[in-house]
Amino acid sequence: MLDKPAKQKLVVVGNGMAGMRTLEELIERLPDLYDITVFGAEPYGNYNRILLSPVLAGEKTVDEIMLNDLNWYRDNGITLRHGAGSHINEIRRDRKVVIAADGSETPYDRLLVATGSNPFMLPLPGADLDGVIAFRDINDVNLMLDAAKAYKNAVVIGGGLLGLEAANGLMKNGMKVTVIHLVDHLMEMQLDDVAGEMLKNSLIERGMDFRLEAKTKELVGPSGRVETVVLEGGEEIPADLVVMAVGIRPNIALAQKAGIHCERGIVVDDTMLTYDPNIFAVGECAQHRGKVYGLVAPLFEQAKVCANHLALKAFASYKGSKTSTKLKVTGIDLFSAGDFKGNDKTEDIIFKDPHSGVYKKLVLDGNRLAGAVLYGDTVDGSWYFQLMREGSDISELRRTMMFGQSHVGDSGTGGIDVSTMDDKTEICGCNGVCKGEIVNAISTKGLFTLDDVRAHTKASSSCGTCTGLVEQILQQVVGGDYSAAPSEKPMCKCTDHPHDLVRRAILDNQLKTIPQVMQHLEWSTPNGCASCRPALNYYLLCAWPAEYVDDGQSRFINERAHGNIQKDGTYSVVPRMFGGLCTPNDLRAIADVADKFEVREVKVTGGQRIDLFGVKKKDLPAVWDDLGAAGFVSGHAYGKALRTVKTCVGSQWCRFGTQNSTALGVKLEELTWGSWMPHKFKMAVSGCPRNCAEATIKDFGIVCVDSGYELLVGGNGGIKVRVTDLLTKVATEEEVLEYSGAFIQMYREDAHYLERTAPWIERIGLAPVKERLEDESERKALFERFKVSQKYAQVDPWKERAQKSELQRDFAPIKELVNS
Amino acid sequence: MMHIEKVDSGGKLDGWIEIGPVTDIAPLGSRVVRRTEGNIAIFRAEDDRIFAVANKCPHKGGPLSEGIVHGCRVTCPLHNWVMELETGEALAPDVGKTETFPVRVEKGIIYLQLEPALTEG
Repeated sequence: MLDKPAKQKLVVVGNGMAGMRTLEELIERLPDLYDITVFGAEPYGNYNRILLSPVLAGEKTVDEIMLNDLNWYRDNGITLRHGAGSHINEIRRDRKVVIAADGSETPYDRLLVATGSNPFMLPLPGADLDGVIAFRDINDVNLMLDAAKAYKNAVVIGGGLLGLEAANGLMKNGMKVTVIHLVDHLMEMQLDDVAGEMLKNSLIERGMDFRLEAKTKELVGPSGRVETVVLEGGEEIPADLVVMAVGIRPNIALAQKAGIHCERGIVVDDTMLTYDPNIFAVGECAQHRGKVYGLVAPLFEQAKVCANHLALKAFASYKGSKTSTKLKVTGIDLFSAGDFKGNDKTEDIIFKDPHSGVYKKLVLDGNRLAGAVLYGDTVDGSWYFQLMREGSDISELRRTMMFGQSHVGDSGTGGIDVSTMDDKTEICGCNGVCKGEIVNAISTKGLFTLDDVRAHTKASSSCGTCTGLVEQILQQVVGGDYSAAPSEKPMCKCTDHPHDLVRRAILDNQLKTIPQVMQHLEWSTPNGCASCRPALNYYLLCAWPAEYVDDGQSRFINERAHGNIQKDGTYSVVPRMFGGLCTPNDLRAIADVADKFEVREVKVTGGQRIDLFGVKKKDLPAVWDDLGAAGFVSGHAYGKALRTVKTCVGSQWCRFGTQNSTALGVKLEELTWGSWMPHKFKMAVSGCPRNCAEATIKDFGIVCVDSGYELLVGGNGGIKVRVTDLLTKVATEEEVLEYSGAFIQMYREDAHYLERTAPWIERIGLAPVKERLEDESERKALFERFKVSQKYAQVDPWKERAQKSELQRDFAPIKELVNS
Repeated sequence: MMHIEKVDSGGKLDGWIEIGPVTDIAPLGSRVVRRTEGNIAIFRAEDDRIFAVANKCPHKGGPLSEGIVHGCRVTCPLHNWVMELETGEALAPDVGKTETFPVRVEKGIIYLQLEPALTEG
C-alpha cells in the first residue's frame, strides 16, 4: 500500500487558451495537486487563436503562434488526448466520468469545461457547398490559403472585427474580396458611425469592396462548389470562397446535454464554478453575471480565479472585465473600449482631423472615462483604458486628456509610437534593453504580460518610465490587449490579494506581525519575498505605531543599515540639517568626520544637505557616534521616509520674501522628521511666488504670499515631472503644520507601498484629499494620529546604533580571515 | 559530524573553520566572512538552516549578504536577482551562478570550508 492517497483527477475538456492558461496558473501554484488529462479537438498543442489573422495575412507562421507545444504537456505530466476519437461526447455527472467518441471513459474528481465557442453559420440555401467556411481555427486558415492559390473571388459575410481581418488576409493573398454587412457601418460593436466610415474608406483605398445594409439571400454553386452569392435585392456577386464571420456562439452543447444550467453560456458564479459543485467553466463558453466574453484579457482573468479555486485556495473572485479591442490589420490603427456610444447622461469629447485620418472620441460619465474610440492614432489607447479600468477621477485631466498622456504634465513616454522604431532603438534606458530584444523575447518565449517581459528582459523593471513603450510592443507582437491586468493587482507573486485588501485585513482582524498577516491571508510562500515583506512591515508599522516591533530583516538594506548602499558596497551618510540651516560648528564637525573616516567624496545634495560618500559598513556606528556628539540625527536620506524640507532664505534676508520661510521649514522638519512613509517624501517652503525652493515639484510644498501660505501637494521632480495641485490657502503657520501632518497621515494610511504622492493622487483624484482635509474634525483626527505615530518614530536610529552594542553586531563581519 | 572533537582552539582542522554561533546571525539574516579572495556571506534561514555563498551576485557583483532573505533564497539588493542559497543558482528567468561553500553546524557553532562546494554542472 502506498502511504500517500492517490492524487485527485482533474479533467479539462477543451485545449484552448482559456483552459491551458488555467492549468498554467494552477501548476504555478501547486504543480502536483492533480493528475491532469486534457481533451482537445484540434491536432495541435495550444495556440494563440487571436493571431490567426496575421497567419492568414502571411505575417506570422503557425509555429510562431504556438503557446504550449507538445513538450509542455509532457514536461508537466499532463495527459493530452487529441487524436481521432478523443472528442468528448458526454459528461456523466452521476458517475463523474467523461466519455470520448471512441467510447473510453475517463473519471474526474474535478472537471473544467473550456469548450470555447463555435462560429455561427447562417442557415442559408447553399451554406453546405464546398468553399463555404468559417474563420475559427488553423484548418480554416489553411482552407483560405489553398483557395487563394486556386481561385480569384472571395466574399466575406460579416463586417465585424473577425470578418474584416479575414477579408484583409484574403486580399493580401491576392483575392478580390467583397464584404457583405447587414448594418450601415463596419464594426458597429466597437465603432461609432464616424470611425466606421473612416475605416471603410481606408479599406476601399486598399481595394476592398463593400455591400452595406445588405442581406445575403442564397449561395449558388451547381458544380458543388460555391460560385455566386445572391443578395436580397437580386445582385449576384461572383464568389469562389465564402467566409462566414457573423459571430460566435458559446459551445455549450456538452454541458447542456449533461444537464448543467446554461443560458447563452454555461452559467458560472464569481469563482467560475458551474451549478455542479465539481465542474468549473472558463473562457468563451462561460457566462458570468449575464456576460459572455470573446476576448483574451477576460479569459486570463477568469483563468487566474479558477486556478485559485482548483488549488483549493478559495478566496479569489471574478467580478467581470472591461474589454478593449484593436483591429489587427497592418497599417490601420483602431482602438475601442468601454461604452463608446454613450447615452443621454454622458458627454463626448471629440477630435477630428479628416486630412490626416485621425478621429478620437472620449465618452465621459461625470468625472470618469466611460469609453473611447480612436482611429488613426491609438498611441494613448492603453492609457485611456487604464483610466477606465481604474475608474480614475479625470476632472483634472479633462481639458488636456484628448491630446494624450504626454500632454498632462507627464514627461515620460506617452505619445511615442514604437512601431516606427528600429530594432536597435533603446527602450529601457535603465537596463539597456533594445526594442529587438523585447520583440525577440516575446515571440521566442511566448510572453503575454508586462510582468513576463519584465522578468525575462528587465525592460521597464527599474524606474518604470518605459512601461508604456513596452506595453505598445507587447500589443504589436502578440495582438490584443494582454496588458489588461485586473484593476486591482495582487501585491506580489506570494499572494492574490491587492494592497488595499491587505491593509484593511490588518486593521479589521487586528493582525500585528508579518507571520500573522501571511497566515491569515494564506500567503503562498513561507516568508514572502523582497517585494511584499517591506510593504507588510510598513503597513503594520503604520497601523500599530505603539505596538508594532519593526522587523529589520524585512527592510531594504538601506533602511537596515541606515545609509545608502552604493554600487561598490560602501555607504553614504547624510546628517539631518533642519530646514537646510547649519552653523560653522556643524560644518567643522562634518569636516572632522570626513577626515577621520577617510570619506572619499563630499557633496551637497539636491535637498540642501551634505552627503559623505564611501563610508565602510563597519565604520558606520563610529561615524554616527561622532556626528551625534555634534548634535546631528539621521537625515533619513536612505529611507521611504520624510527626507528633507528645502527652504529659501525668506523674509529674514530676501528683499522679496513675504514670510519667514526658513523658520517655517525648520518647524515643519521638526514636526515630521523620522516618519516612515509608503515612499520617500520631500517638502519645501518658498518665501514668495518666485519659488526659489522649488516647492511646486514637492510632495508637500508651501509658497508664502503676503496674506498667508499656499499649500501644494502631489508634486514630483523625478522620472515623471508633475507639478503640484493647490490644496488650499491658509493664514497661519499653525494651520500649515496641521495641514501638512494631516496630509502626510492620509498618504501614509491610504497609499500603496512604493507609491509616491504624485501617482497616488492621480489614482484617487485630488477631490477626496481636499474633502478630507477641509473637513476640520477629519483633519484634526488625521493630525492627531500623525502626532501619536511621531511619538514612536522620532527616535534617532543613528544614536541607538552608535550607543547600543547589540545593535552594532550586524555592521561587522562575523569572522575576519584577512591577515593584518 | 564526527570531527567535532578534533577542532582545535585555533578553530581550524580538516579544512573546517569555526565561524561562530548560529545565534550571531539574525533569523532571515546574513553576515560576512571577510577574506582576501573575496568575502563569503553566511545566511541563516527561518528554520536555522545555514548557507554559505560567495558574497557576489553573478549579475553585477552586488553584496548578497545585504539582501532580503526569504525561504532559502536571497534577493540581491542592487537589481533584485533572486539566488537559491543551496545551489547558488539564479532563479529563472535570470541565468547565473555564484559559488557555494560547504558549511555545517555542530552544537550551535557554524563551521565552513573554504574550497567551493563541488556541484554537478
